[in-house]
Amino acid sequence: MNGIHDMGGMDGMGPVEPEENEPVFHETWEGRVYGLGRSIARWGRGRNWGSFRFALESLPPADYLRMSYYERWFTVHVNRLLGSDLVTQDELDSGYADASRPRPELLPPAANRGLGSGLLDVEVTARFGPDDEVRARNLHPRGHTRLPRYTRGRRGTVIRDNGVYALQDTDGNGQRLGDFPQHVYTVRFTAQELWGDRSSARDSVYVDLWEGYLEPA
Amino acid sequence: MAGSEPEGVGRRKFLKEAAAGAAGMAGAAGAAGAAESAPARHDHDHDHQVVPDDIALRVRALESILVEKEMIDPADLDAVVDAYENRIGPRNGAQIVARAWTDPEYRARLLADGTAAIGEFGFLGAQGEHMVVVENTAEIHNLVVCTLCSCYPWPTLGLPPVWYKSAPYRARAVIEPRAVLREFGVDLPDDVEVRVWDSTAEIRYLVLPERPAGTEGLTEEQLAELVTRDSMIGVARVAAPRESAQ
Repeated sequence: MNGIHDMGGMDGMGPVEPEENEPVFHETWEGRVYGLGRSIARWGRGRNWGSFRFALESLPPADYLRMSYYERWFTVHVNRLLGSDLVTQDELDSGYADASRPRPELLPPAANRGLGSGLLDVEVTARFGPDDEVRARNLHPRGHTRLPRYTRGRRGTVIRDNGVYALQDTDGNGQRLGDFPQHVYTVRFTAQELWGDRSSARDSVYVDLWEGYLEPA
Repeated sequence: MAGSEPEGVGRRKFLKEAAAGAAGMAGAAGAAGAAESAPARHDHDHDHQVVPDDIALRVRALESILVEKEMIDPADLDAVVDAYENRIGPRNGAQIVARAWTDPEYRARLLADGTAAIGEFGFLGAQGEHMVVVENTAEIHNLVVCTLCSCYPWPTLGLPPVWYKSAPYRARAVIEPRAVLREFGVDLPDDVEVRVWDSTAEIRYLVLPERPAGTEGLTEEQLAELVTRDSMIGVARVAAPRESAQ
């Protein structure tokens, strides 16, 4: 989706502000939110939670920018638990589990769970190879995609074939489109192809792109 | 700011006190922070107050509810927090870098197949399953970003710092990397090539920084002490011991 999360190349965000001796978690609750994400994942099985990334990207842009990182995560956790009726708003408001409600039950995984997000040991013909000139397709899907806006329509050069991965893109409801296992290439775009004469002619941006995002140039 | 949740206070008492006027927040957060974040409208005493609109309290409430429902085990959360606070962090990556600086064969393996070479140390796992290592030299400067999200090599660098996940870094690293680097204190000459790596897929990147001059006599362990997280993201150079002592 063409969301606020797809920030590469935007102006006006201000300076980068590193913090000296930054702790891993600034506050206790941040660590709990991080851990919660791992612990509740199994409760999403069979409940159509869809892509976590898509859920983050779908937060209203003003909220996305205002919220801290783990506040976004917490908001998505809560939205999912409420949406699946695993937790009610009354429970969140009171801070207590409603003893009159039945205990939630884990559901079996969906019959067609699909492939994971990791490198796959499957044979798929590679359409491109190192040194091939390619163009990122001008795609604007409503769902989650890993094709950054700043690359669309731009010409680059394949520098590496990273092997076969399942596509992680979703539909407009955050549900995976399907596995579509395909090669993922590292594509080098010259900085001037992307940003014109604002950039140095020496510089480049390297982006890892699924084969379906690319066409021959 | 330090953790704002006092330890050893029961949840019901905690929520009640917090709702009654932020007394429960008084611990490390300080009175000013508590007064800002905890509304004082629920000053009556009954068992179903609205939880104040404070994220620390809302998170604690959610965790408690999920524990009561037997959906999660808080010990699992403790273990995850402990792992990233105490074991999985940039000291791992620093060991990789120091080995590459002292062992040319390891360096060659690391640059040829990052996953396998990092695997020799056992630093693979979530968000580090497929690693590519890029080397900074006098001619080429590499910089890693995730414009879409916060992708980062957890097993070698731990969880990313706030600035890495922030809008300014994600927006600017790809379009004006030299300006970003200057803000970090790295002023690159025009004849140095900048390569920005946007971690959009499942590959995670680690920068092998340049070994600083004047470190010839140091052991691998001493070298690892010099290597910073930022140098392995590519926003800093590794300082020689004398510089870093200043």
